[in-house]
Amino acid sequence: MTEGARFARPAGSEHDIGMTTVDEVQRRGAFSSRKVFILAAIGSAVGLGNIWRFPYVAYENGGGAFLIPYLVALLTAGIPFLLMDYAIGHKHRGSAPLSFARLRRGTEFLGWWQVGICFLIAVYYAAVIAWALRYTVFSVDEAWGDDPEGFLFGEFLQAGDPGISSDVVAGVLLPLALVWLAVLVVMALGVEKGIGRLSLFFIPVLVVAFGALVVRAVTLDGAVVGLDAFFSPSWDALTEPGVWAAAFGQIFFSLSIGFGIMITYASYVDRRSDMPGAGLVVGFANSGFELLAGIGVFAALGFMAQAQGVAVDQVATEGLGLAFVVFPALISEAPAGALIGVLFFGSLVIAGLTSLISVIEVVISAVRDKFEMSRIAASMAVGVPATVISLALFSTTSGVYVLDIVDHFINRYGILLVAVVSMLVVAWVLRELPGLAAHLNRTGSLPLGRIWFALIAVVAPVALAYVLIDELFTDIEEPYGGYPDWMLGVLGWGSTAVVLLFGVLATLVRWRSETPLVEPYDVIEEEVR
Amino acid sequence: MSADAVILMLVAMAILWGGLVLAIVRLNRHDLPPIDELHRDL
Repeated sequence: MTEGARFARPAGSEHDIGMTTVDEVQRRGAFSSRKVFILAAIGSAVGLGNIWRFPYVAYENGGGAFLIPYLVALLTAGIPFLLMDYAIGHKHRGSAPLSFARLRRGTEFLGWWQVGICFLIAVYYAAVIAWALRYTVFSVDEAWGDDPEGFLFGEFLQAGDPGISSDVVAGVLLPLALVWLAVLVVMALGVEKGIGRLSLFFIPVLVVAFGALVVRAVTLDGAVVGLDAFFSPSWDALTEPGVWAAAFGQIFFSLSIGFGIMITYASYVDRRSDMPGAGLVVGFANSGFELLAGIGVFAALGFMAQAQGVAVDQVATEGLGLAFVVFPALISEAPAGALIGVLFFGSLVIAGLTSLISVIEVVISAVRDKFEMSRIAASMAVGVPATVISLALFSTTSGVYVLDIVDHFINRYGILLVAVVSMLVVAWVLRELPGLAAHLNRTGSLPLGRIWFALIAVVAPVALAYVLIDELFTDIEEPYGGYPDWMLGVLGWGSTAVVLLFGVLATLVRWRSETPLVEPYDVIEEEVR
Repeated sequence: MSADAVILMLVAMAILWGGLVLAIVRLNRHDLPPIDELHRDL
């Protein structure tokens, strides 16, 4: 019998013990199998950062030697923290706010803080996907000509001086509207038919498309030069605290942990699933894809450096610059460049879309739980305002600046801060780690005990707090990006303060009487008791 | 490519991609707990 077929059994039969119940599936939705959950979780973790951030971070922080702090960070902070998220969501069967409320009423604000962060991320993340969508088409005829940077900021984004503008750019507005339309349809279809089926289809497509890109990149002239630059170790780097901080930061941002996504997804998983085992698969799949991205990106950069007669460090960069300036230049120079372009930007679109739906699901799931709304109503209640805000802020000539500032601040003083606070609260204030470990050990293949407690209570928060404090000092010493103070104040510090305030205020809304905040959460557990 | 770079590339592939394969194999081999055990835990 397939795992999905189990859901069809009537509630109350002995064989339902420990499984997701029919009532629960109908009320909240659920993944039909462990495989679907794992693919959805991989889809969430593998995003734009895997492709355009990891390769440069590794190159800048010791090259091949970066593997050591990276693996240490994965095993001592990334996967342990991922398992804490899984445990909270899987045990308490709710969105981030509901799960935290069930953990202890006073911690509900942590869940709403995560919801606010996810809403903000979703509205700008969609814009980057829209750009990638447009560049997939641009790749066919290399629309950027011989000046990719001038094309990006001039003809395409029409960016003027930093500030806030209401001048709409039709070339961004239309693909952005298309992205949101796709997201709304997927979200309205629900957990299994929407998120599950999208992941089942897109993750294999992403692996094949990006795999094809890597094969093409490593067969270009000069690819070896790029790979040599990427993997050559600088062992001295291992003595620098900044390199270790970069490794922990990369793992943390890459795994989609600490801001509600994995809590939400885990709440949709069958009660008998081996969550620690699934966590190992997701963690290694995410890092495995990052390695693949590093090979593909640096092989391509090696070709470009050789073609231009410069060193690899002259062309190596990250983020928007890598995707929308360096890669277009590379596409123009490489044989069969259009193919590389379609594969590269198509991969960005797929990776971005599967991450975006996981981010917006955090918000939709929370709204559904709080107001007991239908799937479609909650999707519209969240998706329509998100679409309007996204179009208003990011389809204008100032969109790129707003995006850059909000992204910088919400990543550090939103995601990172809430992650550190939630770990400390769960480990030291609530002292809930033994209970969460017992829950995962019930069906898990990886026994969690004192080592896991130490990693969650000490190692991970200390490492991430170091990253956070280091970033804070950097931002205080040197205002980010050279933007005007008012922009950094309003869009940067302001947006991080607003999501925190939202987290506190949202807890004032009472839960519906039909939403139990104490166990048993459904009829099956009650019958067993 | 330098020898160091080749070695580290192979080590990275072995650990990350090999780790993924092992994690998948391990997950598939893990048997679900008996119903009685779940009864007791609940």
